[in-house]
Amino acid sequence: MSGILLLEQSLNGLQFGLMLFLLAAGLTLVFGIMDMINLAHGSLYMLGAYLMATLAQATGSFLVALPLAIVATGILGVLLEMSLLRKLYQRDHLAQVLATFALILIANEVVRMIWGAQPMMLATPAVLSGPVDLLPGLSYPSYRLLVIGVGLAVAALLYWLVTRTRTGMLVRAGASNREMATAMGVNIKRLFTIVFGIGAMLCALAGALLGPLLAVQVGMGEEILILAFVVIVIGGIGSIRGALVGALLVGMVDTIGRAFLPALFREFLPPQYAAGLGPGLASILIYLLMALVLFWKPQGLFPARG
Amino acid sequence: MPALLEIDALETAYGASQVLFGLSLQIREGEVATLLGRNGMGKTTTVRSIMGLTPARSGSIRFRGKDIEAWSPDRIARAGIALVPEGRQIFPNLTVAEHLVAFAANRNGSSNPWTLQRVYDFFPQLAERSRNMGNQLSGGEQQMLAIGRALMTNPHLVILDEATEGLAPLIREEIWRCLTALKAAGQAILVIDKYVERLIEIADTHTLIERGRVAWQGSSAELAGNPGLWHRYLGV
Repeated sequence: MSGILLLEQSLNGLQFGLMLFLLAAGLTLVFGIMDMINLAHGSLYMLGAYLMATLAQATGSFLVALPLAIVATGILGVLLEMSLLRKLYQRDHLAQVLATFALILIANEVVRMIWGAQPMMLATPAVLSGPVDLLPGLSYPSYRLLVIGVGLAVAALLYWLVTRTRTGMLVRAGASNREMATAMGVNIKRLFTIVFGIGAMLCALAGALLGPLLAVQVGMGEEILILAFVVIVIGGIGSIRGALVGALLVGMVDTIGRAFLPALFREFLPPQYAAGLGPGLASILIYLLMALVLFWKPQGLFPARG
Repeated sequence: MPALLEIDALETAYGASQVLFGLSLQIREGEVATLLGRNGMGKTTTVRSIMGLTPARSGSIRFRGKDIEAWSPDRIARAGIALVPEGRQIFPNLTVAEHLVAFAANRNGSSNPWTLQRVYDFFPQLAERSRNMGNQLSGGEQQMLAIGRALMTNPHLVILDEATEGLAPLIREEIWRCLTALKAAGQAILVIDKYVERLIEIADTHTLIERGRVAWQGSSAELAGNPGLWHRYLGV
């Protein structure tokens, strides 16, 4: 029984971790290459989810809406980069944090004005609404399996793009030493606009896929943004591999901690302490993980800078 | 031979502290030129100004007949100047092969361009290390890789900034051998280094600088015949 439960929670953790990876991948490259802290990354995730919900309603099809929402968010991201964020690269981190925090507030208000304060419903596609029997005694929602599958496929694609293609080499070179990459003839500005656009599309994909599982609502970006920052700090800023490993670690530790810690504490603590300590510790577990990683590897698990 | 690079009255500053005060020098096609001087005299700043990394405050830099002093570094690099920078600046997260492939181009339109195989033939040690990451290399291997990375862009001009710094004597010889071979192949090079006697053998012209100004310019024969200059401007 507990084995089945552990397996089910592990799948949930994997699914959450993969979605975190989609967000962290863009964030870590933006931070790594341009040394730019973009708090508005979560807003692109929110916009992606809202566009997805709207387009799914308008077209009546999840599958038609998905690519449209991804492309639309990608275009928004590129426009945002070219019009505003580009001006912030030369500024210090405080200016970047202030300006992109302002973007969060603006995005949230704009979304409230267009779509209203009520959360939006985004239904799972009808074919994927039922559960699948994975093992005797373990039936798992088929939609969550799709999310895992898409997450794995995109992670593999991104990994191939970054580790095997020439563009990926230039991205990595830019992340570890921007000045030297420029001196070798790389147009970092253009490369960065491309990276930012891809990052925005990954945000939209995560927002669209998580939409049916979580609520599509104002402020959804900020919660997950903090987790994405934890991921890239654990993984090493600028490293795609670090983002993948960090995201899976955070997804697993968070999901499994929340599922099992309260029960674990009830085993050997009086109920009145266990009731407070279990959930409390579970909610800070990933921050403890981050502190531990930074204690041994201050640059994160896979530092991009030498 | 027409001038490949012409620097005229170059002045460069970092914020309020000016480093170069009207520096001028010329490099012709196929020529090996040196820039010599004690530490802190402005050699690396000159390189950074040529590359556009620290843009000139005034003066002009002409490369192949075009004024490049206001260009961005990537545009200057694509015009055919390749930098082998001080400290080598190898990317820790790229393999040896990736360093060579990632920036490959034929910027001088050579009919016999540098390829991965030619660089490996030139530096056999790099071939053995092709799958190693940049941060797993020795100092000498990193230096060869930095040179190979520059050659793979098939540049009109290579700039070597302190390429032998911190290297063992045997490895240093390897770098001199490489420079001699490149010169024989007609590659224009600007070298910044402190081994005057070696540079006199390899290079054609020399510029001694002191506090951001040209103190002396002349040929190898002239520099060889005037050891007083070495002592005065280089401290050797």
